[in-house]
Amino acid sequence: MIYEVSKLAVIIFLFIVGLVLGLSFYFARKTKSSASYYAAGGKIHWAVNGIAFAGDYLSAASFLGICGMIAFSGYDGFLYSIGYLAGWVVALFLVAEPLRRLGKYTFADALDSKFNAKSIKLTASISTLIVSLFYLIPQMVGAGDLVVPLLGLPHWIGVLIVGSIVIFIVATAGMTSTTYVQFIKGALLVIFSTTLTIYILRNGLKLTPSDDYHKFDKIEAFVSPDNIVSVPDSNLIVKTTQVVDKLLFVKLEKNGESGWYMLNRKENKAFLDEMLYTTVNSGGEILYNGAPKSERKFYQVGHLSRIVVDGKEVDETGPVGPFEFIKTIESSDVTRFTKKSFSDGEDKVTVWYQNVTSGADIMKPGLLYKLSKAAGATFWNKLNFLSLMLALFLGTSALPHILIRYYTVPSQRAARKSTIVAISAIGFFYILTLFMGLGSMINGVLDVESSNMAGPLLAKSFGIGLFSIISAIAFATVLGTVSGLIIASSGAIAHDFIDNYLQVEMTDKGKVRAGKIAALSVGIFAIILGILFKGMNVSFLVGLAFAVAASANLPAILFLLFWKKTTAKGISASIIVGILSSIGIILFSPTMYELYGLIPQNAPIPLDNPGIVSIPLAVITLVVVSLMTQKDNASKDFNK
Amino acid sequence: MLHEPANKIVTDNAAAKKSKLGVILFFVYTLIYSGFVIIGLFKPELMGLKLLGGQNIAIIYGLGLIILAIVMGFIYNYFCTRMEDRLNKTN
Repeated sequence: MIYEVSKLAVIIFLFIVGLVLGLSFYFARKTKSSASYYAAGGKIHWAVNGIAFAGDYLSAASFLGICGMIAFSGYDGFLYSIGYLAGWVVALFLVAEPLRRLGKYTFADALDSKFNAKSIKLTASISTLIVSLFYLIPQMVGAGDLVVPLLGLPHWIGVLIVGSIVIFIVATAGMTSTTYVQFIKGALLVIFSTTLTIYILRNGLKLTPSDDYHKFDKIEAFVSPDNIVSVPDSNLIVKTTQVVDKLLFVKLEKNGESGWYMLNRKENKAFLDEMLYTTVNSGGEILYNGAPKSERKFYQVGHLSRIVVDGKEVDETGPVGPFEFIKTIESSDVTRFTKKSFSDGEDKVTVWYQNVTSGADIMKPGLLYKLSKAAGATFWNKLNFLSLMLALFLGTSALPHILIRYYTVPSQRAARKSTIVAISAIGFFYILTLFMGLGSMINGVLDVESSNMAGPLLAKSFGIGLFSIISAIAFATVLGTVSGLIIASSGAIAHDFIDNYLQVEMTDKGKVRAGKIAALSVGIFAIILGILFKGMNVSFLVGLAFAVAASANLPAILFLLFWKKTTAKGISASIIVGILSSIGIILFSPTMYELYGLIPQNAPIPLDNPGIVSIPLAVITLVVVSLMTQKDNASKDFNK
Repeated sequence: MLHEPANKIVTDNAAAKKSKLGVILFFVYTLIYSGFVIIGLFKPELMGLKLLGGQNIAIIYGLGLIILAIVMGFIYNYFCTRMEDRLNKTN
């Protein structure tokens, strides 16, 4: 899709980026010791830390990914909101305070505090690095998606800009500037998401989202008993037909120009409905609705096809309350645009057809994660759902960049209070995602090529000012989270690995320098990954990061805290098994097969979310290896 | 050479009690969360049933889980702070 660039958007964007960089300069002068670099000297106020938690946690996945997923798949996107928040319950009730008691700067410190074992230092630093990298990919992809409409730049430049700014923030001032960047961004995100939601509710529900919304062609057609399609209009010629998953697509030609339509039968009548489509010809050229991108034939979509209020059909509702909004969509019908791909001669064709979906189906799980027998749910579909909900629940409290935030406050009590501030802010935001997602679904703003842009594009329909602010915040969102991740990764390399594992002698200044060099390297690596993974839904990718975190780190943390027989070898073995099994399953999953350009159905493991297998596997490993190595613990005195 | 922690650690006499309360609240929430997942797995059609004020079970249960997490957070903090104040007085 082609977007107009507005000057206002660029100015607001530059202002927010400038603010963030200014803060980094300010704090850079104060960051001299390694304690201030990794943990902000433990001097952050709990309320600031709480909002910074929200800023850290509400990543591109939450704002861009979840809104996009709800906009395209309804309630199933909201499952992520529920799971992401539920994860905080584990963090608050089980992990926050004990970890604060045990640790110094990093999660590896805490794991290792009891054993002082080299194997834990090594495995914990590796797992921190891997989880952070997995989490970095979607952030970078999201950043690239954002600059396309905001600044009119290509995807890879967006990734490069974010990467460079973040490396700068982290390398100059470490955790203190990162905290304030996250604080500002967390607060702005919640405030402006509320504003956007108010706009959505005031706007209400309308059959025609806007005056310039595309009017879809509907052409009368005949279908013979042996499924041959013809059109009565003599100007139109049926060129070819394609059957994909029981849907019949028709290529029509008018005055030498051709276009794709879908056959729709209602009672005795047949119609051809207009679709959005792209064709990639043998030369690799991409045409959008039959024309090059610059001709702007591709339009934004998503509308209500029927609005029912109290049993009566209406054209528009006027302003509605939050509950009325949900209730009305539930009793109405929404036209979604569903993607199908096929080959037409040498051309690769991708179409997005008008898929009229009842509101009742949108407001319950099932469009993305098939669950009911009626929808043809298989055992694997159900396992995928279970696996996702498990990984989201257990993943939060195992994310290294979240865990390090417990060390930035002065006391355990402050750690707890800031967690509660975080839960409240994050919970409130997740409730808003439902409205922002549904709002994007029905207001004719969706770019079918990128589900990640649903939220910002919705803001655009309410005015370029709101769009600019929301996009700049979304961009700052990426900055905040990526900084946190890079700090966590640099801690894993410089503090856990070089300092503690290799025990390289360094002065405190040397440690800070090592941290900064590590941050630079991870940053460059993240930029490369962000460019490679272009086009995937960021929330889905983050779901995978959660699964890896929940498998590799959580069993280790929980058993260390709650099972006296846990041994150092048990912890290291479980971290290794957790990493290998979760990543192994991901690499052979249908989604990755699609990314490799292979047929998804041929993937050896029909599971997209690995948690249900890899988490129990890590737990079993921990228990078995610990029981086998009980002697190690007997020789140590843990009572001191 | 090892680092000092970013902050001095003070002995906390309430740690055991807080941890027990945390575990109990965790299990309560896990049970309710599991209920949601189990309905999704075994009775997905229930999710679409209207429950209250024209809202279906999926919406009420989902929003409920989010609000419950916040409410339980406040309850936990209230009791933990009380325990700390009572048990750590002598320090």
